[in-house]
Amino acid sequence: MNPLLQIDNLATVLHTGAAPVWAVDGLTLQILKGETFALLGESGCGKSMTALSIMRLLPEAGEIVSGSVRIGEEDLLLLPEAAMRNVRGRRISMIFQEPMLSLNPVMTVADQIGEVLRRHFNLSGAAAQERVLEILNQVGIPDAARRMNEYPFQFSGGMKQRMMIAMALAGEPELLIADEPTTALDVTIQAQVLDLMRGLQQRGGMAILLITHDLAVAAEMAHRVAVMYAGEIVETATRENFFSGPAHPYSQKLFASLPGKAMRKQGLRLAAIGGNVPALSREFVGCRFADRCDHAWELCHEIAPRWNVVAGGHQVRCHLFNKDTSPSVQDPELGSQRLEATVADSEGSMKSGSRTPLTSESGDSSPYLLSVTGLKVYFPIHKGLMKSITGYVKAVDGVSLTIGQGKTLALVGESGCGKTTAGKGILQLIPPSAGSVRYNGLELVGMERKRLRKMRAEFQLIFQDPYSSLNPRMRIVDIIEEGMDALSVGGRGEASHAGPHSAGKKGRVDTLLESVGLPPETKWRYPHEFSGGQRQRVAIARALAVSPRLIVCDEPTSALDVSVQAQILNLLKDLQSSLGLAYLFITHNISVVEYIADEVAVMYLGRIVEQGRVEEVLDHPRHPYTQALLSAVPVIDLASKRPIIHLHGDLPSPANPPSGCHFHPRCPHAMPICRERYPETSAFSSTHTARCYLYPQEQDSA
Amino acid sequence: MLNYIIRRVLYAIPILIGVNLITFTLFFVVNSPDDMARMQLGIKRVTPEAITKWKQERGYDKPLMFNDAVEGTEKFTRTIFFEKSVAMFAFDFGRADDGRDIAHEIKTRMLPSLAIALPVFLLGLFVYIFFALTMVFFRATYVDFWGVVLCVALMSISSLFYIIGGQFLISKMWHLVPISGYGSGWNAAKFLVLPVIIGVISGAGASTRWYRTIFLEEMGKDYVRTARAKGLSESLVLFRHVLRNAMIPILTGAVVLIPLLFLGSLIAESFFGIPGLGSYTIDAINSQDFAVVRAMVFLGSLLYIIGLILTDISYTLVDPRVRLE
Amino acid sequence: MSFKPIILWTDALVYLLVIVIIAFVWYVRRNEYLLAPWRRVGHSASGMAALTVLTFFIAIGLLDTVHIRPAIENSNGSSGEKAYSVEVLSLLDIIATPLRTRVEKTYSAPFAAFLYTKETAELPDGRQIREFPRLQFGGAHLQNPETELAADVAWKAGVGGGLGLLLWGLVVVSLTGLLANRRDEKFLSAFSAIWRGSTQVPWNAICITLALLLLFCGAALALSGSYHIFGTDKVGQDVFYQSLKSIRTGLVIGTLTTLMMLPFALLLGITAGYFRGWVDDAIQYLYTTLSSIPSVLLIAATVLMMQVYIESRPELFDTIAARADLRLLFLCIILGVTSWTGLCRLLRGETLKLREMEYIQAAHAFGVSHWRIISRHILPNVMHIVLIATVMDFSGLVLAEAVLSYVGVGVDPSMISFGTMINAARLEMAREPMVWWALLAAFSFMFALVLSANLFADAVQNAFDPRARTLSAKAIILRRRRHEENPQAQSVSPTVEGSSKP
Repeated sequence: MNPLLQIDNLATVLHTGAAPVWAVDGLTLQILKGETFALLGESGCGKSMTALSIMRLLPEAGEIVSGSVRIGEEDLLLLPEAAMRNVRGRRISMIFQEPMLSLNPVMTVADQIGEVLRRHFNLSGAAAQERVLEILNQVGIPDAARRMNEYPFQFSGGMKQRMMIAMALAGEPELLIADEPTTALDVTIQAQVLDLMRGLQQRGGMAILLITHDLAVAAEMAHRVAVMYAGEIVETATRENFFSGPAHPYSQKLFASLPGKAMRKQGLRLAAIGGNVPALSREFVGCRFADRCDHAWELCHEIAPRWNVVAGGHQVRCHLFNKDTSPSVQDPELGSQRLEATVADSEGSMKSGSRTPLTSESGDSSPYLLSVTGLKVYFPIHKGLMKSITGYVKAVDGVSLTIGQGKTLALVGESGCGKTTAGKGILQLIPPSAGSVRYNGLELVGMERKRLRKMRAEFQLIFQDPYSSLNPRMRIVDIIEEGMDALSVGGRGEASHAGPHSAGKKGRVDTLLESVGLPPETKWRYPHEFSGGQRQRVAIARALAVSPRLIVCDEPTSALDVSVQAQILNLLKDLQSSLGLAYLFITHNISVVEYIADEVAVMYLGRIVEQGRVEEVLDHPRHPYTQALLSAVPVIDLASKRPIIHLHGDLPSPANPPSGCHFHPRCPHAMPICRERYPETSAFSSTHTARCYLYPQEQDSA
Repeated sequence: MLNYIIRRVLYAIPILIGVNLITFTLFFVVNSPDDMARMQLGIKRVTPEAITKWKQERGYDKPLMFNDAVEGTEKFTRTIFFEKSVAMFAFDFGRADDGRDIAHEIKTRMLPSLAIALPVFLLGLFVYIFFALTMVFFRATYVDFWGVVLCVALMSISSLFYIIGGQFLISKMWHLVPISGYGSGWNAAKFLVLPVIIGVISGAGASTRWYRTIFLEEMGKDYVRTARAKGLSESLVLFRHVLRNAMIPILTGAVVLIPLLFLGSLIAESFFGIPGLGSYTIDAINSQDFAVVRAMVFLGSLLYIIGLILTDISYTLVDPRVRLE
Repeated sequence: MSFKPIILWTDALVYLLVIVIIAFVWYVRRNEYLLAPWRRVGHSASGMAALTVLTFFIAIGLLDTVHIRPAIENSNGSSGEKAYSVEVLSLLDIIATPLRTRVEKTYSAPFAAFLYTKETAELPDGRQIREFPRLQFGGAHLQNPETELAADVAWKAGVGGGLGLLLWGLVVVSLTGLLANRRDEKFLSAFSAIWRGSTQVPWNAICITLALLLLFCGAALALSGSYHIFGTDKVGQDVFYQSLKSIRTGLVIGTLTTLMMLPFALLLGITAGYFRGWVDDAIQYLYTTLSSIPSVLLIAATVLMMQVYIESRPELFDTIAARADLRLLFLCIILGVTSWTGLCRLLRGETLKLREMEYIQAAHAFGVSHWRIISRHILPNVMHIVLIATVMDFSGLVLAEAVLSYVGVGVDPSMISFGTMINAARLEMAREPMVWWALLAAFSFMFALVLSANLFADAVQNAFDPRARTLSAKAIILRRRRHEENPQAQSVSPTVEGSSKP
């Protein structure tokens, strides 16, 4: 069978810095008609540049220096620009990662789709309108006839990505390139969009080149998979072969670094890949992964490996699989190490808290380190002539939770549900509108600024974006010392249970850096010299500097690649067991929750809908929202096709939440009563509660 | 949306009051009317009688804010502040030193000012956008590079040079149009050609370069890549997608200037002898006619504020995100 | 001591500025991350060439800033108290004494030996004729100007230019030696590196600019000893001298204005953005109100009032120079007051963005005080905006001075500036035959100053603001051209082998 797309030896260079960056270097792949081909890789490995090279839409600094890209019989790289334009949008379409930015903000949706029809089918007027409507219905835009004349900003993120897909479909392409199409979307929306893409492909028979960093998304969508590393493909296989036995050491590491329930149950540390992705401006002699590979030997550093066949269509670029060069019989663990762990499923409870370390005893009355009751954070909406307050955005609307010493509570929810605001409200970085936050029995809400300042050493914060969480103008040592100076801890022998402080402040900075796995001499450097993961380590060291007992982690790994995420999660776990830290772990990533949390609280539109111990909630979700959320998370599971509970529509606005249960407009089990009153708590065990009318309501909390 | 506009209009009121207070402070508090009188009458040989007479003629012989000598509300109205500053809200600007009514003078001089400023504005907008688009279309080629160099060079030349050079070359050497002056009706046209051309050229460097930056910034956005991915040609991408988005900052930046066109241009008008508000102001500055300068300051900020309101309205017209929210 | 040093107001501020700049340079040199964008400035050919020219202007401006009052000789013998002249001179005045003192009667054209207007002269025999009289100084050494002038000018220009080039040669040789020494390579290879432009800092561009500069300076210096190279004005003053004196005025206005407004803009902009709420409303109201008055009108009104103020208090100033200087300072302040609003708005916007940054949230979580957050986190992160605004404003202010002085609301008429030169010369355009040289000299000097300032500002903006790509197209063109010339250099992939797929 002839491939639809055949790329040979493609090399793309970016001329941005002093030395040219070989973003794509000798890439070869083929995509068959009607198949989904997933190109997997971490950020910066060149997968997006590959896609843009195929479309010949490289940024100005980019340049294709060699290779060929054939679709059918035509080599796209030899076509004149005018002919290439006939290919773009017609034979190959593309959708991008950020649907918010990828649509023209001042043109209506119908105009933007109609443009494709006019360009490639010479369709205009009523015929075009009709076709636009047809396509929009196809991608599942409700009320398309009316909404087609609206502007992109009037649609939600998921809807915008549907628009992008509609635009791509309008040309009836043979190949659709989807560059991280769901990375910017929430899980439930991601499930909708992936479903849509799968359905469209089955009906239309077009091929999809799916570019993703998410192994699970690839497992759910792809027929064949290729793994990219440092500008080249290192492994290519069918979905079944790849997910049942990844061959390249890099692929194996990727699997092993995925957090999840199984890893936690076995008490395994996540496999982190040491070091960093090499700079693509340098020249490579041997295998590009050799420096970070556990199996590397001299040959790997000297000669770049060629393609070796593992089985059938499963090929890998690694010396281990070359019978002639391999030093020994294949490593027994290779290819099998991780798999049972991934595929194996639930049952069996785990003893939570068995590893709870000794914590500094507390003579306080409260059994919890932190207890929050009825926390509300409202933001006023100013409207009308005089900008009077007409309503409130109820970002956090009555959240109650508790965290014990040395425990981890995960606060889970989709974007916009108020989880970050809740974290900041708890730390008094945003003044709460109502409710109480007790830390060690002390009420923080309304505490005067001076006393609160003294307390701040007790609870700290780690942020999501490692790039904006460190001041680029300050050295690491200044960054870490800032908190110590402000709270006058460290160096002067104040209470600190995080290592020796005899050597003074500078000595303490060294100790801190070592405890987060950075060499002490890095303290004289500036943040821009560090990678994302290293910056996150610095941010952790900064928080630890004042010896807190509670750390609010606000999506600390969501901006990081999986292998780096594994490093940070390992570090956080280690610190917890050695220092007895309690974490409030805010995240949208269920597999991280499974790995790190003791308890979990699920938030929807400013309220907690279900909470309990992690195995209770994740294994036996009771609230329909939790159930839908969990079912929407893609998993690497080749055997069974789990049913996905589809949620309709998007998260409503917290300024105007639906009456009664906030979830009822999207709930598959909604009953009349759901529209009227917010449900009371239903308890399933002493720790597991949910708020839903499906279960018997507790009477006492009226 | 209506609310939004009404709110902007209401917001203009405190600003106008602020401007009024600033001008009052500047003209009557920093220097007393006596100082001004002495300045105008000549420092050396001034007599107290002359000063009193000067102040009486202009109505500056009253207290600044509060008049003890009279009764009732007149305590506040028979003051310099009320008669000179508050009265400006009713467009009562008083009389100039030559005895003419300033409001009337402004009315008759607006038209000649507009006759130069409006063509310069419209032609300029068109020409600058055209050249900026050309440079962006040929970006990263020598057309673009030398275009930018030319812009920087044009920016570095004093506007006075454009006027003097233009007058010298076109009027004096080639005798194509009269060197200065103004006529009525269509006769004015031949006097206007040169100032308009020079006005457009002297603004070319900075504006073209600025528009080019705006266009380039838009070119870097993701939706442009989407448009190219549809297979649209580069000119279609430029005209249908980039131009429309770039017009939002360009138009709104330009709209604020429209009311100010009535004020004309100080320098061009005085060089070309056009009887507009610009030359009126210059003459007033040179003869130290404080009343006229004060009136022009107030008028200028009034027009600017109208421009701001128009800008807000124009936002709602060109940007659906503002219109529909 | 035969003179008394005088520090006028603007002198003091210029000295302050120089100290600030030196401190800034010293600070930047110690911080790698601060140095990085300046390196990028240093690698821009147009920027460095412009800087070379600017340095020349700045040197003249600084020479003109050191003011003294010379002692008046033998005023009253032995009383021990020296009397000082009311005339305030600068170092530049003293160096250029010949230019300053050789005053003709009235107009003369550049390189002329005769006056530009006919005068009635009495011949020895008593007859009166109308003729162009010889100049007192310009070309006075010539016996027969009609025949000798061209050759003499050419000879003097040649000698001066030659000396300039000689000096240039010395500079280049010592520069090459220095570079060779620092980079530990042979003199010749360092020289060829400069020549081919393969050094990181574009020394070749700097050298070429310097060559042109020294060539012109040499020629001008040699000629100005015996000619009025730019002619003389109505009262016979040398136009070249006036042009040199104008440089300081332009520089002072371009730099001090920003210095004056920076504290306002920084304080108010950051306060508004950081504290928000009513503070923000109040500051926004303030700058909206101020900026709603068209700036020319506000400046005109304020300068008029300042004139009244200064005129009615003549006792405040002991010399004309002091009065003119104070007026210059006031002009800077007024320009500053009318122009701080733009920067303030920018800073407010940037602070609004910064205050949401996570590192500031982290500082809040440590209970760091507002003042420390502003000084350690916000201020260093908005400095690039301040810097860009400063260099971008400079050229606009120099141009504005000319216009304002023309309108009559600029510097003191007794102060030599580009504006007063143009103002005085514009009426001469109407003369028949025309007197064009004063205008041309003023415009040329101003053009050179403003153009180099603009090019330098461009380089600074490119280096500090990644979004601005005003001249970067050049790099892409050069790359493409290199690629076309030498395509095989690009296609040698480091790992072409090993990528054959079965």
